[in-house]
Amino acid sequence: MATRTSRRRLLRGLAAGLPALAAGGALAQVGVLKAHEKPKSNPLPGDPGEWRGQFFQQALAERANGSAVETPVKPSELPGTAAVGQDAPSAAPRAAAALSEKADLVRMQEELRRALQKPVDQRKWTMVIDLRKCIGCSACTVACKAENHLPPGVVYRPVIEEETGTYPNVTRRFLPRPCMQCDDPPCVSVCPVGATSKRPDGIVVVDYNACIGCRYCITACPYGARYFDFGENYTDGTPRKEPYEEAPSPEYGREWKRDRGKSPVGNVRKCQFCLHRLNAGMLPACVTTCVGAATYFGDKNDPDSFVNELITSGRAIRLKEEMGTDPKVYYLV
Amino acid sequence: MRVAGARRQTMVPMVLALLWVVALAAGAVGVVQRLMTGHELSGYTSTIPWGLWVAAYVYLIGLSAGAFLLSTLIYVFGVRRLEPVGKLALFTALVCLLAALLAIWMDLGHMGRFYEVYTRGNPRSMMAWMVWLYTAYSVLLVAELWFALRGDLLARSAQPGFRGRLAASLLGRFGEAFAPSRGTAGDPDYDATADLRVVRVLGAVGVPLAIAFHGGVGALFGVVGARGFWNAPLYPLMFLVGALVSGGGLLTFIVAFFWPERDGERHRDVVSLLGRITLGLLALYALMVWAEYSITLYAAIPASSRPLYQVLGGPYPWVFWVFQVLLGTLVPAVILLARPRSVGWVGTAAFLVAASFLATRLNIVIPGLVEPQLPGLDRAYIDSRLTYQYFPSVMEWLVLIFVAAVATGLFYAGFRGLPLVVGRKEVSS
Repeated sequence: MATRTSRRRLLRGLAAGLPALAAGGALAQVGVLKAHEKPKSNPLPGDPGEWRGQFFQQALAERANGSAVETPVKPSELPGTAAVGQDAPSAAPRAAAALSEKADLVRMQEELRRALQKPVDQRKWTMVIDLRKCIGCSACTVACKAENHLPPGVVYRPVIEEETGTYPNVTRRFLPRPCMQCDDPPCVSVCPVGATSKRPDGIVVVDYNACIGCRYCITACPYGARYFDFGENYTDGTPRKEPYEEAPSPEYGREWKRDRGKSPVGNVRKCQFCLHRLNAGMLPACVTTCVGAATYFGDKNDPDSFVNELITSGRAIRLKEEMGTDPKVYYLV
Repeated sequence: MRVAGARRQTMVPMVLALLWVVALAAGAVGVVQRLMTGHELSGYTSTIPWGLWVAAYVYLIGLSAGAFLLSTLIYVFGVRRLEPVGKLALFTALVCLLAALLAIWMDLGHMGRFYEVYTRGNPRSMMAWMVWLYTAYSVLLVAELWFALRGDLLARSAQPGFRGRLAASLLGRFGEAFAPSRGTAGDPDYDATADLRVVRVLGAVGVPLAIAFHGGVGALFGVVGARGFWNAPLYPLMFLVGALVSGGGLLTFIVAFFWPERDGERHRDVVSLLGRITLGLLALYALMVWAEYSITLYAAIPASSRPLYQVLGGPYPWVFWVFQVLLGTLVPAVILLARPRSVGWVGTAAFLVAASFLATRLNIVIPGLVEPQLPGLDRAYIDSRLTYQYFPSVMEWLVLIFVAAVATGLFYAGFRGLPLVVGRKEVSS
């Protein structure tokens, strides 16, 4: 209930702010950034809201590759976000919770940026999922599908649902299941051509241009987190493909246009913590989309990181610890 | 009466030839579908990523290893009674290997990248080792077969007609340059002893190689810790024994029905001996299956035992009970015990053993994949490619029929064109 009310407030604020933006006031204030222009301001100014806006500008501009990109609204301009980084005003506790969620995102964003300034081998990307906050909406699943342009049958982050008890005493629990990015990944050693590997920052990746599509790694993953791209499309059986199916996937920082016989069709695919977004300074799509703010992301090698705080909270568990795979996805129970 | 018999003698090959042509044509349709549409028409999924073709590959490569290891009984371990089937065993091993490679090649997501296993192979992967080992094995097999055939090819190369020309071309310059003996076509002083020595050495090298590569296929499954059903140290040994059972069965069947002089006592002796070897191996394999099943079911650890319950009573229990147990074990065992000296019965029993072993391989490959890796994963996202049900699609069956037709055609061509069943004077007793 608390979340719903605070979200309503936020939406009301957005509705109030957008006409002003359309009128050009805000655009004139923050400017319109062309892709070839670099942001002039300090990359890490004092106000996290401000730098986040600029950072997104830069990242979006990089991805747009030549097309003009409008800057998003500065978070600090949105009602309800003014208190980010400051003490919460003496409002109702529900509003404070909403602010806290936003502050979490901003903090993770800041930590991400801090981690990116370190050499890649000194980062250890880690995800924490709070199962008490997950509402099972599957927004992360959909966001992941949209972000990575995933075809039918390829789902990097399904949400497992469990129902216990009998009516009226019924409980439902939800467990999002991304790739665990194991520190000792069984999928890597079985690959006959070394097409799948663990990066220095711990993310397990697939070299689409090397993968022969033998699917041995799928059998070796203890979490069922690998998928084969069979080359199917959502519009199979209809006169033509939809534009969203023609658009290339941005995975691994490249443009992968799906076509019969060409990678990633015929490859094994998996979650890679949205590596292309990380490299652009953005959090994984599932983290920013999470309605319940249940997914956290950061650098475990950073002792002050949010994820480290959560992992050491005493609530953290990992799946199939007995397999010795040392997953980098933690669940708070 | 004699006319009817003669008509039957010409009708049977005609019908078989027609069947073969139909199988090849139908299979070719499947291959074209596979090449044109990739994996879109397949029945396997992301959750059961290996299906009929992988099982067929394991089956065929087992037949190859089994036939080869039986050939070493003759060339390495000196079981002279089996001498006449030595070359046939080697050739069978070669054909089965080629068919296995064709089946697994079709299974790859990117068929054009198979060479990467050589150019950028991962030495930590059992699959890479398997490929390297069977590459070495295939080279060895061709060389051994060539040296085993060389004497007969020399003799045949002097004959007119296609067979003579084929023999001469197979000998080629390579034969003259690298053969240990100095015999050439038509040379009356040709001595097979040196060739046989080479065959013996190659066979001796081949024994550990065949054990390594087919044990390696077992290890390929056994090392997958994520699959409780596969993750058994017994697997490499079971695969080896399974290879010997199926390879022995196939060889017995071939010798029983394709031998040129099928009514002699010597033929009966050879078939009977091969039948007894097959029976012994069948009993050993049944014991291993019992060990695996009984211990797993008794321990009742879900990751291992649930797939077994799927085998025994899942959606396709007939694969186990009808093909593996009844037609693959009980019926042939009874026949081999009751009619050990009947060429026809032993050949039939051996055929049952060899053919139904595909069911045994399916019961290894598929059940290991039918259990969700995490409880509830099967219901987390509903999609036809994420289902834990598998039955091979029409395209998969057609491709398998194509592989079988190609293998049969290759075998028949070799059987007719090469001196595989001509006993050499030097070695025949």
